[in-house]
Amino acid sequence: MGAFPKQVKIVEVGPRDGLQNEKMADHTEVLKGIQKFPGINYPVLTPNLKGFEAAVAAGAKEVSVFGAASELFTQKNINCSIEESFRRMGGVLEAARAAGIPVRGYVSCVLGCPYEGKISPAKVAEVAKKLYSMGCYEISLGDTIGVGTPGLMKDMLSAVMRDVPVAALAVHCHDTYGQALANTLVALQMGVSVVDSSVAGLGGCPYAQGASGNLATEDLVYMLTGLGIHTGVNLQKLLEAGDFICQVLNRKTSSKVAQASCKL
Amino acid sequence: ESGQLPELPKYVKVVEVGPRDGLQNERVIVPTDIKIEFINQLSQTGLSVIEVTSFVSSRWVPQVAAGATEISVFGAASESFSKKNINCSIEESMGKFEEVIKSAAQMNIPARGYVSCALGCPYEGSITPQKVAEVSKRLYGMGCYEISLGDTTGVGTPGSMKRMLECVMKEIPPAALAVHCHDTYGQALANILTALQMGVNVVDSAVSGLGGCPYARGASGNVATEDLIYMLHGLGIDTGVNLYKVMEAGDFICKAVNRTTNSKVAQASFSALGS
Repeated sequence: MGAFPKQVKIVEVGPRDGLQNEKMADHTEVLKGIQKFPGINYPVLTPNLKGFEAAVAAGAKEVSVFGAASELFTQKNINCSIEESFRRMGGVLEAARAAGIPVRGYVSCVLGCPYEGKISPAKVAEVAKKLYSMGCYEISLGDTIGVGTPGLMKDMLSAVMRDVPVAALAVHCHDTYGQALANTLVALQMGVSVVDSSVAGLGGCPYAQGASGNLATEDLVYMLTGLGIHTGVNLQKLLEAGDFICQVLNRKTSSKVAQASCKL
Repeated sequence: ESGQLPELPKYVKVVEVGPRDGLQNERVIVPTDIKIEFINQLSQTGLSVIEVTSFVSSRWVPQVAAGATEISVFGAASESFSKKNINCSIEESMGKFEEVIKSAAQMNIPARGYVSCALGCPYEGSITPQKVAEVSKRLYGMGCYEISLGDTTGVGTPGSMKRMLECVMKEIPPAALAVHCHDTYGQALANILTALQMGVNVVDSAVSGLGGCPYARGASGNVATEDLIYMLHGLGIDTGVNLYKVMEAGDFICKAVNRTTNSKVAQASFSALGS
């Protein structure tokens, strides 16, 4: 069996990706209001130049841009082709480079698309390579509707890893079909050492009402810790943060670890 | 590097434990006719093994009289669990199992052995792989045709699954092993994948993820058959099972026990249909 990385960086997307189903209009207030601890990055999503400029003005030190491995998804999501989306992102990347601000690139639909169905690993590799060559320091590969299974993850990563070094890759698995941890495990076995997740599994799947979305950070940390992989994350504090936000949102946690823990 | 991932089995036998393990751990008591209908529905799905019910008496006569064609015996890799669960030590339990298995064998009735607490115990905490191997070996030696290794409280992770299986496989051929993973901490599918990568090709699961965890109120228990099948089929592994029919049976029983499904696949599929 492939050896696991000794350390995995967890990228917590709960506050943005998870709460996106709620509104992000208070972005400036939030970014200015939070305590910014040393050693912690607080990236913000900036789909266009205007958003980028506002983010920088509000104090952002890292930004993210979103591409997709599906033409139809790109059309429906941001009303343009993949090629045109690269041009728009290019604007942000140029400005970010000038301002010395690192940019993370996301690729959606890497294991399937709600409109196109199957997505070829070659297409994912092409989009990932483009974002990397445009200057993104890391590429997060997202299974947007959670349809992927470990074999598909393996095939997709094999293709992408020919063009982008594995150290610059992250996986962003959705748990809509319960496959997120198994898919993440395979990614780890292939050398990926950055994983996106959302505390309490915040964020439903917009394409299937009531279906789950993000992988719960608590469940991810539980697995990594059990594997002896260093994360630097305190599970107890994470559980507390998850409990806090679930109470505010008046919803049950999607994390199995949280469900098991609070009853012990 | 990617070519170095282990080969997976081409066929996996899914052992459906919903009607017994699942319903036994649900709060609602299900009427007999509903249970029968439920099992009949499962029989239409392609599942080749369905754990029907439990005759807990150590006397096997009632089971045979009722038409049982296979029996199961439950051991544990933990002394404390054995004492609390069946009121005797592991050694004493082995003596009883030997009797039952022998008698069953005389009537040509095969026996499946279960080993609980294979990855951890609610009372003792961690369990050594060596202990699991020892108990499994004894059950296998007595004549159990298959040993199902159970992560009873779902605390296992791929690392502990791997270490445990490495140890057990020194004593028992992989073809005679099954894994029975609980999803209490969301680790079941990742643990099952690890077992598959090591050559195990029999997996226990329960439709809709029936059956909570008796050791942590409100926590989930069995891995959902639908989610398991989804992964296996996605991997190109043959199971002979029709996922849609399993979802229908799951929908039926969830309505009967008045609960929402624990299967993510079912949640996603029925949501999509509804929207």
